[in-house]
Amino acid sequence: MLSVSNLNVYYGDSHVIRDVSFELAAGETIAIMGRNGMGKTTLLKSLIGLLPVRSGKVALEGRELNGARTYQRVALGMGFVPQGRMIFPYLTVEENVLTGMENVADKTVPKWIYETFPVLEEMKARRGGNLSGGQQQQLAIARALVSNPKVLVLDEPTEGIQPSIIKDIARTLNRLKAERGFALLVSEQVLSFAMEVADRLLIIEKGEFVHEEKKGAVDTAKIHAYLTV
Amino acid sequence: MNLDMMAMQAFTGLSIFTILTLMALGLAIVFGLMGVINMAHGELMAMGAYTTYFTSLFFAKFLPGLFGIYFLVGIVLAFFVTFAFGWILERGLIRFLYKRPLDTMLATWGLSLILQQLYRQFINAKEVEVTTVSWLKGAWQVTEGVSLPLSRLFIIGLAVVTAIAVYMFLYRTRWGLRIRAVTQNRPMAGAAGINTERVDAFTFALGCGLAGIAGSSFTMLASTGPTTGQAYIVDTFIVVVFGGVESLLGTIASAFMIGQMQSWFEYSMSGSMARASILLLVIVVLYFRPNGLFATKVRRA
Repeated sequence: MLSVSNLNVYYGDSHVIRDVSFELAAGETIAIMGRNGMGKTTLLKSLIGLLPVRSGKVALEGRELNGARTYQRVALGMGFVPQGRMIFPYLTVEENVLTGMENVADKTVPKWIYETFPVLEEMKARRGGNLSGGQQQQLAIARALVSNPKVLVLDEPTEGIQPSIIKDIARTLNRLKAERGFALLVSEQVLSFAMEVADRLLIIEKGEFVHEEKKGAVDTAKIHAYLTV
Repeated sequence: MNLDMMAMQAFTGLSIFTILTLMALGLAIVFGLMGVINMAHGELMAMGAYTTYFTSLFFAKFLPGLFGIYFLVGIVLAFFVTFAFGWILERGLIRFLYKRPLDTMLATWGLSLILQQLYRQFINAKEVEVTTVSWLKGAWQVTEGVSLPLSRLFIIGLAVVTAIAVYMFLYRTRWGLRIRAVTQNRPMAGAAGINTERVDAFTFALGCGLAGIAGSSFTMLASTGPTTGQAYIVDTFIVVVFGGVESLLGTIASAFMIGQMQSWFEYSMSGSMARASILLLVIVVLYFRPNGLFATKVRRA
């Protein structure tokens, strides 16, 4: 589905992502785990086109994405939920969802969105900026899902969200994945969340993948060692 | 002060309000929404005014029978000419400077000087007058002491129509949604699937087009010269900043307040004192409310 090969990303002279390669299969979920500053966000932003890539290849279903603008990547089937949600604070909840529907013929919020996130329907006339963190996260996910992505990229979805809601989000994502059939690439620091959604865990350190675990046989002690300073 | 005087003062205030609104609408989009400090905004108004001037010449020469409607044609043409110019300007210059506001200011200031010189060189160094169409000459005599100039009534109507059209466009159409999304968070709008480049060009062009409409309608009130734009630009910025950037209703309310103040202050003191007092008031308000009078309060993500 999504294949990344020998990706290198720089901030000026500093080499942030070093020769990263991985393959995300259709319907699969990969969680990229690592401490702050290890390159999780940089990697995901470069995949959606928000950061320029120095070298390497990103391809979605065999179509090369290098050089494509962010909105073109969305049209090709990438969905993105950034770190910190980045909902549009002055747009209403409903308008926020509608911004994701550029490539959809019917420009009304689909029913399944409100069925999945009933709180968004309740608050659809409110400004996005007045929602709580957890509600904004749901809104950001809804905005990315209405474009019917083939790959959904989530950057630290649990950051700043209370534990009970983290569990809800994990459950919702698993259900939506089964229903809508997208692949999921998520960066995470909360191991319990990652274990709940991911088929594979990749540990990133200093811009390189240093360790991989498969669902079922996860060595939690080892991952904790990577995640703690 | 008797009732007639009161009515006339209120009308003058209303007239200034609508003139300021027309001037500020374009800048509310370019500066307020996009954050682009376009110092050539006044010259775009002048461009709209010149477009109307040439339309009047064209009608006088080739379609004298239809001279009565030239002014309406002139307004529409002024919009499209400045819109097209704005589009080219955004694609050719502004888009490279979005992250460099200071450079934008310098570049557009340079552009304003170039435009002024072009007007001087190729149109006329002196001010040009536009013949007002006959149905806008004269005044509406409401009572014996109250007469309202038709040209000002027309501008009031035009401002109302334009403001409503802009509001409906921004808040009720898909294009408006795109514009508001892109102006709030450009990278994120792109990541949500919106073609930000096209939206940027369109938004900027729309703001320029509105400047064209304003300039066009002002040909009824004053003659047009190469430096006409300079006279408008300061007031325009004051209205937008006072109302609070990012707030269209704030811009209109601010135009209303400044218009009324100007009208009433000018009645009781000299013209320059009135202007100085207004500026002082604006400074005091901005000191206590740096985001302007009508900044929207939300939790910023």
